[in-house]
Amino acid sequence: MSTEICELPAHEIAARLRAGDLSAEAVLDATLERIGKVEGGSGRLGGDSSGSQGVHAYISLTEARARDQAHAVDHMLETGSDPGLLAGVPIAVKDIFCVSGTPSTAGSKILATFVAPYTATPVARLEKAGALTIGKANLDEFTYGSSNESSAFQPTPRNPWSASRVPGGSSGGSAAAVAAGEAALSLGTDTSGSIRQPAAFCGVVGMKPTYGRVSRYGLIAFASSLDCPGPMARNVKDAGLMLQAMAGADPFDATAAKFPVDDYLDQIEGGVRGMRIGLSPDFSRLRYPDPETGKLRDQALQPEIEKQLIESAERLAAQGAEIVEGVDLPNVQYGIPAYFVISRVEAASNLHRYDGVKYGYRSEDKVADMSELYRKSRGQGFGPQPKLRMLMGMYVSGEQYEKRYYERALRVRTLIRIDFERAFERVDAVLAPTTPTTAFEIGGIYGDSVSMQYADLLTVPANHAGIPAISIPTGLDNSGLPIGMQLMGADFTERKLLQMAWALERVQESRPSLVQELLHA
Amino acid sequence: MTPTSQSEPPITLEIFQHLVGLAALELDDEEADYLRRELNQQLQAIRNLESIELPTDLPITSHGVPYSPETRPDLRQDRAEPSDMADAILEQAPEVEERFIVVPDIPHTELE
Repeated sequence: MSTEICELPAHEIAARLRAGDLSAEAVLDATLERIGKVEGGSGRLGGDSSGSQGVHAYISLTEARARDQAHAVDHMLETGSDPGLLAGVPIAVKDIFCVSGTPSTAGSKILATFVAPYTATPVARLEKAGALTIGKANLDEFTYGSSNESSAFQPTPRNPWSASRVPGGSSGGSAAAVAAGEAALSLGTDTSGSIRQPAAFCGVVGMKPTYGRVSRYGLIAFASSLDCPGPMARNVKDAGLMLQAMAGADPFDATAAKFPVDDYLDQIEGGVRGMRIGLSPDFSRLRYPDPETGKLRDQALQPEIEKQLIESAERLAAQGAEIVEGVDLPNVQYGIPAYFVISRVEAASNLHRYDGVKYGYRSEDKVADMSELYRKSRGQGFGPQPKLRMLMGMYVSGEQYEKRYYERALRVRTLIRIDFERAFERVDAVLAPTTPTTAFEIGGIYGDSVSMQYADLLTVPANHAGIPAISIPTGLDNSGLPIGMQLMGADFTERKLLQMAWALERVQESRPSLVQELLHA
Repeated sequence: MTPTSQSEPPITLEIFQHLVGLAALELDDEEADYLRRELNQQLQAIRNLESIELPTDLPITSHGVPYSPETRPDLRQDRAEPSDMADAILEQAPEVEERFIVVPDIPHTELE
């Protein structure tokens, strides 16, 4: 396969621009040409869910913005100024971030007409570093989902490895865009796995940084104690480069840590000799609730994923890492039940601001008073997933249930955090599968909100604990679908995690099969 | 709210309607049925939390990473900053008249 410009790694694009081998405008043109060939029509409000053949990664394209940015980067190069770390690198921004002058929809009808008056800090930093903002990527409505099917903008993204499979979610459009060469990088968010799970499903790298490592300013909030913006890329080095450009304190976000930002690239190829990497039986023993009784029952990992886990550990061991088996994390099994409570309470609080008054959708029905305007605008503007989250959030935080559910869930979160603190006294990182299965069929579980939430079973523990985690593609299953492994580390150890991930990654040489088909259609 | 019985799921129609009122949502019957069914399914999963033995002195965790003097950012100065976004913000309002956002009557009750 000959590599096209739109498929080049981000770090190579930036290097070739500096060497004068390539212009930002040429990179932009190549990316737009790829979008023209494979996108097949982006999602739109009221669009046809079946859609034409295509990846459908985006909600909106921002070509004029990217063109201005490309001109600016090329001008800086011509005049000898430094265009930044990400000079000329095309990025897709998950449409949960405000970007000044662009529709910033959260994948919801209630924000379909909202044009952001300011730009989110992570996006502003990427743009300042020379990135070209290609467009806003599709997502589950308000990020509430693990398949991208809940977006109000249809058709929703397809998995670039199989048109009948979901790309994962909620950053499904981001992962699909990167895998399909429609962007070199994408900015996603991870609240219970929304970067890592779609990254694993689409065969790309996705990193959830430590909570507070990347500012949340300008991120349309879901669960404020869990939301983490982070990089999605086709290789580990690019993920490090992207994190470098956006990490750090921000006066507009009081939760963005002032802890110094490491150099994520200087030791990335340093290898894993002497590092201790743990395997935990608690990430292989999956516990799901029985649909009838709600009682937990054990289920095995998909066999090919288990095989990849062993092979990944062997590969790291062959490079000098010490593999430590039997790292106990007994409370991670409660990650989803605790998340069902904590995230819903925070979502209910965050969703109250949408009222049909200040911005966004307002019902056109005749109303008697303000209360009726609220009820109608919210009832018509929100899809079922935000409604479910609000209602459950109200229930579990009600005065008579708060101790039984909300406070209890926050204390279970403490147990999960303690599990990881103890683990990191023994090991530098824990290696585990990112997902229990590879990408599932479109329509396979959508509508069953419990099964959909359990798709995040292996990713949500890192969110509860606040620790960084990175998903790396390690191979394909028997159906040709990507498998991802994740490495989880202690707070602010992104540099070491990237180093381990670089040692583990196997860059997929073949093009995703749907992309290949679309290019030759 | 009423206690639960074997035959009726914990989130009864009455509780559900109370929640819908709190969330300020107008729902059609079909959507309401789906949402109530899913909420009760989710509650079954959530109830697994109740079987966990928790030490009485176990504190809550409101966010995963503890903030220390090393990581906690300094608070901003409490002072007004000029902004040029007022027009852009007003442009987003569904109905504006002379730079005021138009709303229907606001329900109110007289205090006795």
